[in-house]
Amino acid sequence: MTDYNFAYLDEQTKRMIRRAILKGMAIPGYQVPFASREMPMPYGWGTGGVQVSAAVLTPEDCFKVIDQGADDTTNAVSIRRFFEKTAGVAVTERTAEASVIQTRHRIPEEALREDQIIVYQVPIPEPLRFLEPRETETRKMHSLEEYGLMHVKLYEDIAQHGNIATAYAYPVKVEGRYVMDPSPIPKFDNPKLEMDAIQLFGAGREQRIYALPPHTKVVSLDFEDHPFDPSKADHPCAICGAEDSYLDEVITDDAGGRMFVCSDTDYCRGRVEAAAGAKAEDAA
Amino acid sequence: MTTPLLSVRDIEKRYGARIGCTGVGFDLYPGEVMGIVGESGSGKSTLLNCLAGHLTPDQGEVIYHDRQGVGRDTVTMSEPERRMLSRTDWAFVHQNPRDGLRMGVSAGGNVGERLMAVGHRHYGGIRSVATDWLGRVEIADDRIDDRPSSFSGGMQQRLQIARNLVTGPRLVFMDEPTGGLDVSVQARLLDLLRGLVRQMGLSVILVTHDLAVVRLLADRLMVMKSGHVVETGLTDQVLDDPQHAYTQLLVSSVLQA
Repeated sequence: MTDYNFAYLDEQTKRMIRRAILKGMAIPGYQVPFASREMPMPYGWGTGGVQVSAAVLTPEDCFKVIDQGADDTTNAVSIRRFFEKTAGVAVTERTAEASVIQTRHRIPEEALREDQIIVYQVPIPEPLRFLEPRETETRKMHSLEEYGLMHVKLYEDIAQHGNIATAYAYPVKVEGRYVMDPSPIPKFDNPKLEMDAIQLFGAGREQRIYALPPHTKVVSLDFEDHPFDPSKADHPCAICGAEDSYLDEVITDDAGGRMFVCSDTDYCRGRVEAAAGAKAEDAA
Repeated sequence: MTTPLLSVRDIEKRYGARIGCTGVGFDLYPGEVMGIVGESGSGKSTLLNCLAGHLTPDQGEVIYHDRQGVGRDTVTMSEPERRMLSRTDWAFVHQNPRDGLRMGVSAGGNVGERLMAVGHRHYGGIRSVATDWLGRVEIADDRIDDRPSSFSGGMQQRLQIARNLVTGPRLVFMDEPTGGLDVSVQARLLDLLRGLVRQMGLSVILVTHDLAVVRLLADRLMVMKSGHVVETGLTDQVLDDPQHAYTQLLVSSVLQA
């Protein structure tokens, strides 16, 4: 533990990242460039999120990591252990207990509170990237608020598939100004982007940080005759029976068998435990 | 006398010590088609790019009279204003359709982009306008969801024209619109262009080295050589009775089939 500075990064780097975060908070949805550091994990494994987490963690924090909704996948476990080792902070799998949550591809089902921070890992922060490859041009489009091109993508979706087929990384407009990529969360999670907690987005390889302060207005882009639809699989969870949570489809055998279960493992376990508790109380 | 749509005064653009174009000035009136001809390297495209705001001229002014009749210098106007102008009131047709189209986006999306850029948010509406415009440039309805990369050169050029004219611009800049097309396709495109220009009352600045194209489309002609304008006048007058030695050379070098 003493071999590392608290939370791995040196204080100057954290200071630089905190400045970027503050700027991002002041201009919601704006991508702030920062000098991303090499981290002891490959790009694409959440180096941006890890640097943001390292900059906001304090010794009193309780840390949780989610990967596609689960706490027990390789990515989540290794990042959690990384901070256990380098920062010595308490860790948890329970959303309500955590004060800092780093996430990849999901927002927890349970509503977050004002005293919590959620950190997203972002692979490609630029929502216009696949339509306009030039960074100089996309920056200009952001600064001049020229977002017609974003709708061209949605138009193409409808023309090809009959509806807006973009199911994740669904573009949003923040406070009526910046168009933002909410990281590859399913569009089911888009309505939750208006929340009480602070949301920070870190892209390590692309060297960008952006942020949403609490209660920021976030609108998913759509057409008047094809409104935004936060879709999910039309099933209840096979384990806890929840009908309001985002589901993963799990293939169970080679004969086409499958089941739908909550992608948020903590939410699912919480419901199962609560049901078991209620049953025990009834029996007693 | 009506006010000119575009007044150009003493435009100069230098590339270091070399002259791109210098001392160019003219007035373009609503509904007028102005041709600019000259050999390669004579400064035609430099001039066009200066006028369209793609290049910043070193001196001179370009006064554009907007729909309210207010004259604004497009050289000194702010970039957001100029970009707004270039996607509403202006259009630019590139020689190579690949420069003007988004090759990874369907034909309908290409036509719809300008509409969405000015705030259209109704899919059905955008699609019907796109269908209408594809019809006007003689592209079949059932190609609306195909990508331009599957189109022939002539179709790509017609698509580029549709994409540019969909927002009802007043001024169109064309840089060799028929370059790289074979003659029969050229003829069809010219026919179409002539129809659209007359029908929509467009003002056009047309850069080309093809005298047949200006003969068909242009009301007035400007002949350029080494960055200077050497002769101006009505198209037929310049082509039938060239005064300047270079124009005489140009007219006499056209091959007769």
